[in-house]
Amino acid sequence: MTDQTVDDVPAEAPVPAPTSHEDRPLPGGRTDTFRHPVWVRVGHWVNATAVIILLMSGANILLAHPHLYWGLKSTFAEPRLDIPTFPDWLLIPQGRNLAEARRWHFFFAWLFVINGLVWLAFSFITRRFQRRLWPTGQDLKGFWPSVKEHARLHFPKDDEARAYNVIQKLTYAAMVLVVLPMMLITGLSMSPGFNAIGGVLLELMGGRQSARTLHFLSASLILLFLLVHVGLVIWTGLFNNMRAMITGWFVIEPSKEEDPS
Amino acid sequence: MSGLSRRSWLARALATAGVMALSACERGSQLGTRLLVSAESLTKAAQRLILPRDALAPEYEASQISRDFKPNGSIDPAAADYLALRANDFADYRLEIGGLVERPLSLSLAELRIRPSRTQITKHDCVEGWTAIGQWSGAKLSALLDEAGLKPEAKYIVFHCFDALTQTEDGPRYYESIDLIDARHPQTILAYDMNGEVLGVPHGAPLRLRVERQLGYKHAKYIRRIEAVESFDHIEGGKGGYWPDRGYEWYAGI
Repeated sequence: MTDQTVDDVPAEAPVPAPTSHEDRPLPGGRTDTFRHPVWVRVGHWVNATAVIILLMSGANILLAHPHLYWGLKSTFAEPRLDIPTFPDWLLIPQGRNLAEARRWHFFFAWLFVINGLVWLAFSFITRRFQRRLWPTGQDLKGFWPSVKEHARLHFPKDDEARAYNVIQKLTYAAMVLVVLPMMLITGLSMSPGFNAIGGVLLELMGGRQSARTLHFLSASLILLFLLVHVGLVIWTGLFNNMRAMITGWFVIEPSKEEDPS
Repeated sequence: MSGLSRRSWLARALATAGVMALSACERGSQLGTRLLVSAESLTKAAQRLILPRDALAPEYEASQISRDFKPNGSIDPAAADYLALRANDFADYRLEIGGLVERPLSLSLAELRIRPSRTQITKHDCVEGWTAIGQWSGAKLSALLDEAGLKPEAKYIVFHCFDALTQTEDGPRYYESIDLIDARHPQTILAYDMNGEVLGVPHGAPLRLRVERQLGYKHAKYIRRIEAVESFDHIEGGKGGYWPDRGYEWYAGI
Protein backbone atom coordinates (compact mmCIF):
# COMPACT_ATOMS: atom_id res chain seq x y z
CA MET A 1 0.00 0.00 0.00
CA THR A 2 3.00 2.25 0.12
CA ASP A 3 3.74 2.71 -3.54
CA GLN A 4 0.20 3.07 -4.79
CA THR A 5 0.14 5.26 -7.83
CA VAL A 6 -2.43 6.49 -10.25
CA ASP A 7 -1.19 3.84 -12.69
CA ASP A 8 -2.63 1.10 -10.47
CA VAL A 9 -6.14 2.19 -11.30
CA PRO A 10 -7.18 0.56 -14.57
CA ALA A 11 -7.87 3.01 -17.35
CA GLU A 12 -11.40 1.65 -17.74
CA ALA A 13 -13.13 1.15 -14.42
CA PRO A 14 -15.09 -2.15 -14.27
CA VAL A 15 -17.73 -0.45 -12.11
CA PRO A 16 -20.29 1.07 -14.46
CA ALA A 17 -21.16 4.72 -14.18
CA PRO A 18 -24.14 5.31 -11.88
CA THR A 19 -26.38 6.30 -14.78
CA SER A 20 -25.62 3.22 -16.86
CA HIS A 21 -28.44 0.73 -17.37
CA GLU A 22 -26.06 -2.19 -18.07
CA ASP A 23 -26.43 -5.34 -15.95
CA ARG A 24 -24.51 -5.20 -12.68
CA PRO A 25 -23.04 -8.39 -11.22
CA LEU A 26 -24.01 -9.04 -7.60
CA PRO A 27 -22.43 -11.46 -5.08
CA GLY A 28 -23.53 -15.08 -5.34
CA GLY A 29 -23.90 -15.07 -9.11
CA ARG A 30 -26.96 -12.84 -8.98
CA THR A 31 -27.41 -10.03 -11.47
CA ASP A 32 -29.00 -6.64 -11.07
CA THR A 33 -30.79 -5.81 -14.28
CA PHE A 34 -32.48 -2.56 -15.24
CA ARG A 35 -36.09 -3.38 -15.93
CA HIS A 36 -38.33 -0.28 -15.83
CA PRO A 37 -37.38 3.14 -17.25
CA VAL A 38 -38.52 6.13 -15.24
CA TRP A 39 -41.62 6.87 -17.36
CA VAL A 40 -42.87 3.31 -16.79
CA ARG A 41 -42.39 3.63 -13.03
CA VAL A 42 -44.01 7.05 -12.73
CA GLY A 43 -46.81 5.99 -15.07
CA HIS A 44 -47.37 2.81 -13.08
CA TRP A 45 -47.79 4.55 -9.74
CA VAL A 46 -49.90 7.40 -11.11
CA ASN A 47 -52.10 4.81 -12.77
CA ALA A 48 -52.28 2.65 -9.65
CA THR A 49 -53.31 5.66 -7.54
CA ALA A 50 -55.88 6.83 -10.07
CA VAL A 51 -57.38 3.39 -10.66
CA ILE A 52 -57.74 2.61 -6.94
CA ILE A 53 -59.40 5.99 -6.28
CA LEU A 54 -61.61 5.50 -9.35
CA LEU A 55 -62.70 2.07 -8.11
CA MET A 56 -63.48 3.34 -4.61
CA SER A 57 -65.25 6.54 -5.71
CA GLY A 58 -66.98 4.53 -8.47
CA ALA A 59 -68.33 2.12 -5.84
CA ASN A 60 -69.75 5.13 -3.99
CA ILE A 61 -71.39 6.45 -7.19
CA LEU A 62 -72.82 3.02 -7.97
CA LEU A 63 -74.51 2.91 -4.57
CA ALA A 64 -76.60 5.99 -5.50
CA HIS A 65 -78.61 3.57 -7.66
CA PRO A 66 -77.32 0.04 -7.04
CA HIS A 67 -79.20 -1.61 -9.90
CA LEU A 68 -77.88 -2.45 -13.35
CA TYR A 69 -79.87 -2.71 -16.57
CA TRP A 70 -79.27 -3.61 -20.20
CA GLY A 71 -80.19 -1.41 -23.17
CA LEU A 72 -81.17 2.23 -23.57
CA LYS A 73 -83.10 2.80 -20.40
CA SER A 74 -83.70 1.55 -16.88
CA THR A 75 -86.42 -1.04 -16.47
CA PHE A 76 -86.95 -0.30 -12.81
CA ALA A 77 -89.08 -3.33 -12.01
CA GLU A 78 -86.63 -5.73 -13.67
CA PRO A 79 -83.00 -4.85 -13.09
CA ARG A 80 -80.43 -7.28 -14.51
CA LEU A 81 -78.41 -7.11 -11.35
CA ASP A 82 -78.86 -5.68 -7.86
CA ILE A 83 -75.63 -4.64 -6.21
CA PRO A 84 -75.30 -5.37 -2.50
CA THR A 85 -74.15 -2.46 -0.40
CA PHE A 86 -70.41 -2.01 0.24
CA PRO A 87 -68.85 -1.24 3.62
CA ASP A 88 -68.00 2.45 4.10
CA TRP A 89 -64.24 1.83 4.28
CA LEU A 90 -64.31 0.64 0.66
CA LEU A 91 -65.74 3.96 -0.49
CA ILE A 92 -64.26 7.35 -1.37
CA PRO A 93 -65.25 9.48 0.39
CA GLN A 94 -65.81 7.22 3.39
CA GLY A 95 -69.57 6.95 3.69
CA ARG A 96 -72.06 7.45 0.89
CA ASN A 97 -71.84 10.85 -0.76
CA LEU A 98 -72.64 11.04 -4.46
CA ALA A 99 -71.61 14.69 -4.96
CA GLU A 100 -68.16 14.26 -3.41
CA ALA A 101 -67.62 10.85 -4.97
CA ARG A 102 -68.23 12.37 -8.40
CA ARG A 103 -65.62 15.08 -7.77
CA TRP A 104 -63.01 12.46 -6.89
CA HIS A 105 -64.07 10.25 -9.77
CA PHE A 106 -63.84 12.88 -12.51
CA PHE A 107 -60.62 14.45 -11.24
CA PHE A 108 -58.87 11.08 -11.18
CA ALA A 109 -60.54 10.07 -14.44
CA TRP A 110 -58.73 12.97 -16.10
CA LEU A 111 -55.46 11.95 -14.44
CA PHE A 112 -56.01 8.34 -15.53
CA VAL A 113 -56.71 9.33 -19.14
CA ILE A 114 -53.81 11.77 -19.48
CA ASN A 115 -51.38 9.37 -17.80
CA GLY A 116 -52.64 6.49 -19.94
CA LEU A 117 -52.22 8.44 -23.17
CA VAL A 118 -48.68 9.49 -22.23
CA TRP A 119 -47.84 5.87 -21.34
CA LEU A 120 -49.27 4.53 -24.62
CA ALA A 121 -47.41 7.17 -26.64
CA PHE A 122 -44.09 6.37 -24.93
CA SER A 123 -44.68 2.62 -25.21
CA PHE A 124 -45.29 2.64 -28.93
CA ILE A 125 -42.74 5.33 -29.85
CA THR A 126 -39.95 3.58 -27.96
CA ARG A 127 -41.30 0.24 -29.25
CA ARG A 128 -41.22 -1.00 -25.68
CA PHE A 129 -44.79 -2.22 -26.06
CA GLN A 130 -43.85 -4.35 -29.06
CA ARG A 131 -40.69 -5.64 -27.38
CA ARG A 132 -41.94 -6.39 -23.90
CA LEU A 133 -45.74 -6.75 -23.98
CA TRP A 134 -46.73 -8.02 -27.41
CA PRO A 135 -46.47 -11.86 -27.41
CA THR A 136 -44.33 -13.43 -30.15
CA GLY A 137 -45.33 -16.56 -32.06
CA GLN A 138 -42.82 -18.44 -29.93
CA ASP A 139 -44.55 -17.09 -26.79
CA LEU A 140 -47.96 -18.24 -27.99
CA LYS A 141 -46.67 -21.76 -28.68
CA GLY A 142 -45.65 -21.91 -25.04
CA PHE A 143 -49.10 -20.89 -23.83
CA TRP A 144 -50.20 -24.23 -22.34
CA PRO A 145 -46.90 -25.00 -20.63
CA SER A 146 -47.08 -21.51 -19.13
CA VAL A 147 -50.64 -22.17 -17.91
CA LYS A 148 -49.35 -25.32 -16.17
CA GLU A 149 -46.47 -23.41 -14.59
CA HIS A 150 -48.89 -20.77 -13.32
CA ALA A 151 -51.22 -23.44 -11.96
CA ARG A 152 -48.29 -24.83 -9.93
CA LEU A 153 -47.45 -21.25 -8.87
CA HIS A 154 -43.99 -21.89 -10.23
CA PHE A 155 -42.31 -18.84 -11.67
CA PRO A 156 -38.73 -18.57 -12.93
CA LYS A 157 -36.40 -16.27 -11.04
CA ASP A 158 -33.37 -16.76 -13.29
CA ASP A 159 -32.62 -15.41 -16.78
CA GLU A 160 -36.07 -16.48 -17.91
CA ALA A 161 -37.51 -13.82 -15.59
CA ARG A 162 -35.94 -11.09 -17.73
CA ALA A 163 -38.86 -11.21 -20.14
CA TYR A 164 -42.53 -11.43 -19.24
CA ASN A 165 -44.06 -14.86 -19.78
CA VAL A 166 -46.85 -15.31 -22.30
CA ILE A 167 -49.68 -15.10 -19.76
CA GLN A 168 -48.21 -11.91 -18.32
CA LYS A 169 -47.87 -10.44 -21.80
CA LEU A 170 -51.42 -11.33 -22.79
CA THR A 171 -52.84 -10.03 -19.51
CA TYR A 172 -50.95 -6.74 -19.56
CA ALA A 173 -51.74 -6.21 -23.25
CA ALA A 174 -55.43 -6.93 -22.66
CA MET A 175 -55.47 -4.54 -19.70
CA VAL A 176 -53.86 -1.60 -21.47
CA LEU A 177 -55.46 -2.13 -24.88
CA VAL A 178 -58.93 -3.38 -23.95
CA VAL A 179 -60.02 -3.17 -20.33
CA LEU A 180 -58.64 0.24 -19.34
CA PRO A 181 -59.79 1.91 -22.60
CA MET A 182 -63.16 0.20 -22.09
CA MET A 183 -63.49 2.08 -18.79
CA LEU A 184 -63.05 5.39 -20.61
CA ILE A 185 -65.36 4.48 -23.51
CA THR A 186 -68.16 3.17 -21.30
CA GLY A 187 -67.69 6.11 -18.94
CA LEU A 188 -68.02 8.65 -21.75
CA SER A 189 -71.05 6.77 -23.11
CA MET A 190 -72.88 7.59 -19.88
CA SER A 191 -72.31 11.32 -20.36
CA PRO A 192 -75.31 13.19 -21.78
CA GLY A 193 -72.87 15.80 -23.08
CA PHE A 194 -70.74 13.32 -25.03
CA ASN A 195 -73.87 11.52 -26.22
CA ALA A 196 -74.63 14.60 -28.34
CA ILE A 197 -71.50 14.00 -30.44
CA GLY A 198 -73.45 11.47 -32.43
CA GLY A 199 -75.02 8.22 -31.49
CA VAL A 200 -72.11 6.01 -32.62
CA LEU A 201 -70.41 5.47 -29.28
CA LEU A 202 -73.70 5.10 -27.47
CA GLU A 203 -75.10 2.71 -30.10
CA LEU A 204 -71.95 0.64 -29.94
CA MET A 205 -72.62 0.22 -26.23
CA GLY A 206 -76.29 -0.53 -26.83
CA GLY A 207 -77.43 2.47 -24.81
CA ARG A 208 -76.56 4.32 -21.64
CA GLN A 209 -77.69 1.57 -19.29
CA SER A 210 -75.68 -1.08 -21.16
CA ALA A 211 -72.71 1.28 -20.99
CA ARG A 212 -73.19 1.58 -17.23
CA THR A 213 -73.33 -2.21 -16.85
CA LEU A 214 -70.22 -2.64 -19.03
CA HIS A 215 -68.49 0.07 -16.97
CA PHE A 216 -69.23 -2.03 -13.87
CA LEU A 217 -68.06 -5.27 -15.51
CA SER A 218 -64.81 -3.68 -16.71
CA ALA A 219 -64.25 -2.28 -13.23
CA SER A 220 -64.78 -5.77 -11.83
CA LEU A 221 -62.14 -7.12 -14.24
CA ILE A 222 -59.74 -4.41 -13.10
CA LEU A 223 -60.38 -5.34 -9.47
CA LEU A 224 -59.74 -9.00 -10.29
CA PHE A 225 -56.53 -8.05 -12.10
CA LEU A 226 -55.46 -5.91 -9.16
CA LEU A 227 -55.95 -8.72 -6.65
CA VAL A 228 -54.09 -11.31 -8.76
CA HIS A 229 -51.38 -8.79 -9.67
CA VAL A 230 -50.71 -7.82 -6.06
CA GLY A 231 -50.87 -11.49 -5.01
CA LEU A 232 -48.26 -12.48 -7.58
CA VAL A 233 -46.07 -9.47 -6.77
CA ILE A 234 -45.96 -10.76 -3.18
CA TRP A 235 -45.54 -14.42 -4.18
CA THR A 236 -42.70 -13.85 -6.63
CA GLY A 237 -40.73 -11.56 -4.33
CA LEU A 238 -42.35 -8.48 -2.84
CA PHE A 239 -39.06 -6.70 -2.17
CA ASN A 240 -37.50 -7.39 -5.55
CA ASN A 241 -40.65 -6.46 -7.44
CA MET A 242 -41.28 -3.29 -5.45
CA ARG A 243 -37.64 -2.27 -5.78
CA ALA A 244 -37.92 -2.78 -9.54
CA MET A 245 -41.02 -0.60 -9.83
CA ILE A 246 -39.47 2.10 -7.62
CA THR A 247 -35.79 2.18 -8.66
CA GLY A 248 -36.02 0.31 -11.96
CA TRP A 249 -33.54 -2.40 -10.88
CA PHE A 250 -34.52 -6.07 -10.63
CA VAL A 251 -32.43 -8.95 -9.29
CA ILE A 252 -32.01 -12.07 -11.44
CA GLU A 253 -31.08 -15.26 -9.55
CA PRO A 254 -28.37 -17.56 -11.00
CA SER A 255 -29.65 -20.45 -13.11
CA LYS A 256 -29.97 -23.71 -11.16
CA GLU A 257 -28.66 -25.97 -13.95
CA GLU A 258 -25.09 -25.02 -14.63
CA ASP A 259 -24.21 -24.89 -18.27
CA PRO A 260 -21.37 -27.44 -18.66
CA SER A 261 -19.74 -25.70 -21.59
CA MET B 1 -40.64 31.04 35.96
CA SER B 2 -42.12 28.37 38.25
CA GLY B 3 -42.56 24.80 37.08
CA LEU B 4 -46.31 25.18 37.10
CA SER B 5 -46.41 28.25 34.96
CA ARG B 6 -43.84 26.71 32.64
CA ARG B 7 -46.10 23.70 32.26
CA SER B 8 -49.13 25.84 31.58
CA TRP B 9 -47.10 27.87 29.09
CA LEU B 10 -46.09 24.65 27.38
CA ALA B 11 -49.71 23.46 27.33
CA ARG B 12 -50.80 26.76 25.81
CA ALA B 13 -48.00 26.61 23.23
CA LEU B 14 -48.98 23.06 22.30
CA ALA B 15 -52.63 24.07 22.06
CA THR B 16 -51.68 27.01 19.81
CA ALA B 17 -49.54 24.76 17.62
CA GLY B 18 -52.43 22.29 17.46
CA VAL B 19 -54.88 24.96 16.37
CA MET B 20 -52.40 26.18 13.76
CA ALA B 21 -51.89 22.65 12.47
CA LEU B 22 -55.64 22.14 12.30
CA SER B 23 -56.18 25.36 10.39
CA ALA B 24 -53.36 24.39 8.02
CA CYS B 25 -55.20 21.09 7.56
CA GLU B 26 -58.36 23.01 6.87
CA ARG B 27 -56.56 25.13 4.28
CA GLY B 28 -55.04 21.98 2.83
CA SER B 29 -58.41 20.32 2.47
CA GLN B 30 -59.83 23.49 0.91
CA LEU B 31 -56.98 23.37 -1.57
CA GLY B 32 -57.71 19.69 -2.17
CA THR B 33 -61.36 20.48 -2.81
CA ARG B 34 -60.43 23.27 -5.23
CA LEU B 35 -58.14 20.87 -7.05
CA LEU B 36 -60.83 18.17 -7.32
CA VAL B 37 -63.41 20.72 -8.46
CA SER B 38 -61.06 21.92 -11.23
CA ALA B 39 -61.93 18.78 -13.19
CA GLU B 40 -65.41 20.24 -13.78
CA SER B 41 -64.02 23.17 -15.81
CA LEU B 42 -61.80 20.76 -17.73
CA THR B 43 -64.78 18.53 -18.56
CA LYS B 44 -66.89 21.51 -19.61
CA ALA B 45 -64.07 22.94 -21.75
CA ALA B 46 -63.45 19.54 -23.37
CA GLN B 47 -67.12 18.96 -24.14
CA ARG B 48 -67.58 22.49 -25.47
CA LEU B 49 -64.43 22.05 -27.58
CA ILE B 50 -65.46 18.83 -29.29
CA LEU B 51 -69.23 19.34 -29.40
CA PRO B 52 -70.63 21.61 -32.07
CA ARG B 53 -72.68 24.33 -30.34
CA ASP B 54 -75.98 23.00 -31.64
CA ALA B 55 -75.13 19.27 -31.61
CA LEU B 56 -78.33 17.47 -30.72
CA ALA B 57 -78.80 14.95 -27.96
CA PRO B 58 -79.94 11.62 -29.44
CA GLU B 59 -83.68 11.32 -30.05
CA TYR B 60 -85.69 8.12 -29.95
CA GLU B 61 -88.77 6.40 -31.36
CA ALA B 62 -92.19 6.57 -29.71
CA SER B 63 -91.93 2.82 -29.10
CA GLN B 64 -88.90 3.40 -26.89
CA ILE B 65 -90.65 5.71 -24.42
CA SER B 66 -90.38 4.50 -20.81
CA ARG B 67 -93.66 3.37 -19.30
CA ASP B 68 -92.05 3.65 -15.87
CA PHE B 69 -90.49 7.14 -16.05
CA LYS B 70 -89.49 7.73 -12.46
CA PRO B 71 -90.42 11.13 -10.98
CA ASN B 72 -87.54 12.21 -8.76
CA GLY B 73 -86.67 14.99 -6.33
CA SER B 74 -89.77 17.06 -5.58
CA ILE B 75 -92.84 15.25 -6.82
CA ASP B 76 -95.63 17.13 -5.04
CA PRO B 77 -94.73 20.72 -4.06
CA ALA B 78 -96.36 21.96 -0.86
CA ALA B 79 -95.81 25.72 -1.30
CA ALA B 80 -99.02 27.71 -0.80
CA ASP B 81 -98.60 29.78 -3.97
CA TYR B 82 -98.15 26.57 -5.97
CA LEU B 83 -101.14 24.85 -4.40
CA ALA B 84 -103.34 27.90 -5.16
CA LEU B 85 -102.36 27.80 -8.85
CA ARG B 86 -102.71 24.05 -9.01
CA ALA B 87 -106.24 24.18 -7.52
CA ASN B 88 -107.29 26.16 -10.59
CA ASP B 89 -105.44 23.89 -13.04
CA PHE B 90 -102.80 26.61 -13.52
CA ALA B 91 -105.28 28.87 -15.35
CA ASP B 92 -103.90 31.84 -13.38
CA TYR B 93 -100.28 30.82 -13.87
CA ARG B 94 -98.04 33.35 -15.53
CA LEU B 95 -94.42 32.76 -16.42
CA GLU B 96 -92.37 35.86 -15.65
CA ILE B 97 -89.25 36.39 -17.74
CA GLY B 98 -87.19 39.24 -16.35
CA GLY B 99 -83.79 40.34 -15.15
CA LEU B 100 -81.38 41.56 -17.82
CA VAL B 101 -83.93 41.75 -20.64
CA GLU B 102 -85.19 44.68 -22.71
CA ARG B 103 -88.88 43.67 -22.53
CA PRO B 104 -89.90 41.63 -19.46
CA LEU B 105 -92.57 39.07 -20.33
CA SER B 106 -95.48 37.68 -18.39
CA LEU B 107 -97.07 34.78 -20.25
CA SER B 108 -100.00 32.49 -19.50
CA LEU B 109 -99.78 28.82 -20.47
CA ALA B 110 -102.14 29.49 -23.40
CA GLU B 111 -99.81 32.24 -24.61
CA LEU B 112 -96.82 29.93 -24.25
CA ARG B 113 -98.54 27.24 -26.30
CA ILE B 114 -98.92 29.51 -29.34
CA ARG B 115 -95.23 30.37 -29.36
CA PRO B 116 -92.52 28.47 -31.32
CA SER B 117 -92.31 24.97 -29.94
CA ARG B 118 -90.48 21.69 -30.32
CA THR B 119 -91.37 18.08 -29.58
CA GLN B 120 -88.61 15.59 -28.85
CA ILE B 121 -88.22 12.06 -27.52
CA THR B 122 -85.08 12.07 -25.44
CA LYS B 123 -83.45 10.21 -22.60
CA HIS B 124 -83.38 11.62 -19.11
CA ASP B 125 -80.10 10.74 -17.43
CA CYS B 126 -80.21 10.99 -13.67
CA VAL B 127 -77.04 11.75 -11.74
CA GLU B 128 -77.86 8.65 -9.68
CA GLY B 129 -77.27 6.55 -12.77
CA TRP B 130 -80.67 5.60 -14.16
CA THR B 131 -82.15 6.54 -17.53
CA ALA B 132 -85.73 7.00 -18.68
CA ILE B 133 -87.03 8.01 -22.09
CA GLY B 134 -89.84 10.50 -22.52
CA GLN B 135 -91.47 12.68 -25.13
CA TRP B 136 -91.45 16.38 -24.36
CA SER B 137 -93.25 19.27 -26.05
CA GLY B 138 -92.61 22.82 -25.05
CA ALA B 139 -91.85 26.41 -25.94
CA LYS B 140 -88.37 26.98 -27.34
CA LEU B 141 -86.39 28.96 -24.80
CA SER B 142 -84.33 30.68 -27.53
CA ALA B 143 -87.49 32.18 -29.07
CA LEU B 144 -88.71 33.43 -25.69
CA LEU B 145 -85.32 34.99 -24.97
CA ASP B 146 -85.38 36.69 -28.37
CA GLU B 147 -88.86 38.02 -27.67
CA ALA B 148 -87.76 39.42 -24.32
CA GLY B 149 -84.50 40.70 -25.82
CA LEU B 150 -81.46 39.76 -23.74
CA LYS B 151 -79.29 42.68 -22.67
CA PRO B 152 -75.67 42.29 -23.75
CA GLU B 153 -74.46 41.77 -20.18
CA ALA B 154 -76.74 38.74 -19.65
CA LYS B 155 -74.65 35.58 -19.34
CA TYR B 156 -76.85 33.04 -17.56
CA ILE B 157 -80.52 32.14 -17.45
CA VAL B 158 -81.79 31.30 -13.95
CA PHE B 159 -84.93 29.22 -13.36
CA HIS B 160 -86.65 29.95 -10.06
CA CYS B 161 -89.00 27.19 -8.99
CA PHE B 162 -91.98 26.71 -6.69
CA ASP B 163 -90.76 23.59 -4.93
CA ALA B 164 -88.71 23.28 -1.77
CA LEU B 165 -87.31 19.81 -1.12
CA THR B 166 -87.98 20.42 2.58
CA GLN B 167 -91.71 20.71 1.71
CA THR B 168 -91.86 23.75 4.01
CA GLU B 169 -92.85 27.33 3.20
CA ASP B 170 -89.50 28.78 4.31
CA GLY B 171 -87.30 26.02 2.91
CA PRO B 172 -84.88 26.91 0.08
CA ARG B 173 -86.76 26.82 -3.22
CA TYR B 174 -85.28 24.82 -6.08
CA TYR B 175 -83.48 26.78 -8.74
CA GLU B 176 -81.09 26.07 -11.58
CA SER B 177 -79.14 28.01 -14.17
CA ILE B 178 -77.63 27.43 -17.60
CA ASP B 179 -75.41 29.50 -19.83
CA LEU B 180 -76.51 31.05 -23.12
CA ILE B 181 -75.06 28.22 -25.23
CA ASP B 182 -77.42 25.75 -23.58
CA ALA B 183 -80.23 28.33 -23.30
CA ARG B 184 -80.16 28.90 -27.07
CA HIS B 185 -79.72 25.20 -27.95
CA PRO B 186 -82.52 23.99 -30.28
CA GLN B 187 -83.56 21.21 -27.87
CA THR B 188 -83.80 23.52 -24.84
CA ILE B 189 -87.49 23.93 -24.19
CA LEU B 190 -89.93 24.78 -21.42
CA ALA B 191 -91.96 21.60 -21.55
CA TYR B 192 -95.72 21.76 -20.94
CA ASP B 193 -96.53 18.30 -22.35
CA MET B 194 -95.04 14.92 -21.60
CA ASN B 195 -95.72 11.79 -23.66
CA GLY B 196 -98.48 13.65 -25.51
CA GLU B 197 -100.37 14.66 -22.38
CA VAL B 198 -100.36 17.78 -20.24
CA LEU B 199 -97.34 17.65 -17.94
CA GLY B 200 -98.38 16.14 -14.62
CA VAL B 201 -97.47 17.38 -11.17
CA PRO B 202 -94.90 14.64 -10.38
CA HIS B 203 -92.89 15.64 -13.47
CA GLY B 204 -92.99 19.40 -12.90
CA ALA B 205 -96.34 20.94 -13.92
CA PRO B 206 -96.98 23.42 -15.30
CA LEU B 207 -93.53 23.92 -16.85
CA ARG B 208 -90.20 22.16 -16.64
CA LEU B 209 -86.93 22.87 -18.35
CA ARG B 210 -85.46 20.35 -20.79
CA VAL B 211 -81.73 20.89 -21.30
CA GLU B 212 -80.96 17.62 -23.01
CA ARG B 213 -77.16 17.58 -22.93
CA GLN B 214 -77.00 17.66 -19.14
CA LEU B 215 -78.02 15.46 -16.23
CA GLY B 216 -81.51 15.35 -14.76
CA TYR B 217 -81.07 17.80 -11.89
CA LYS B 218 -80.47 20.63 -14.39
CA HIS B 219 -83.99 20.09 -15.79
CA ALA B 220 -85.72 22.38 -13.27
CA LYS B 221 -89.35 21.46 -12.59
CA TYR B 222 -92.22 23.72 -11.37
CA ILE B 223 -90.73 26.83 -13.00
CA ARG B 224 -92.05 30.03 -11.40
CA ARG B 225 -89.88 32.73 -12.92
CA ILE B 226 -86.99 33.06 -15.35
CA GLU B 227 -84.27 35.63 -14.77
CA ALA B 228 -81.42 36.65 -17.04
CA VAL B 229 -78.33 37.52 -14.98
CA GLU B 230 -74.71 38.44 -15.46
CA SER B 231 -73.61 36.27 -12.55
CA PHE B 232 -75.37 33.96 -10.10
CA ASP B 233 -72.99 34.70 -7.22
CA HIS B 234 -75.72 36.59 -5.32
CA ILE B 235 -78.40 33.89 -5.65
CA GLU B 236 -78.84 31.46 -2.76
CA GLY B 237 -75.54 29.58 -2.22
CA GLY B 238 -73.95 31.29 -5.21
CA LYS B 239 -73.18 28.08 -7.11
CA GLY B 240 -75.97 28.47 -9.65
CA GLY B 241 -78.39 25.80 -8.50
CA TYR B 242 -79.96 23.95 -5.60
CA TRP B 243 -77.78 20.86 -6.05
CA PRO B 244 -74.65 22.79 -7.11
CA ASP B 245 -74.99 24.65 -3.79
CA ARG B 246 -74.83 21.19 -2.19
CA GLY B 247 -71.64 20.01 -3.90
CA TYR B 248 -72.86 18.81 -7.30
CA GLU B 249 -71.32 20.18 -10.50
CA TRP B 250 -72.91 23.23 -12.06
CA TYR B 251 -71.97 21.87 -15.48
CA ALA B 252 -73.65 18.48 -15.47
CA GLY B 253 -72.56 17.22 -18.88
CA ILE B 254 -71.09 14.03 -17.44
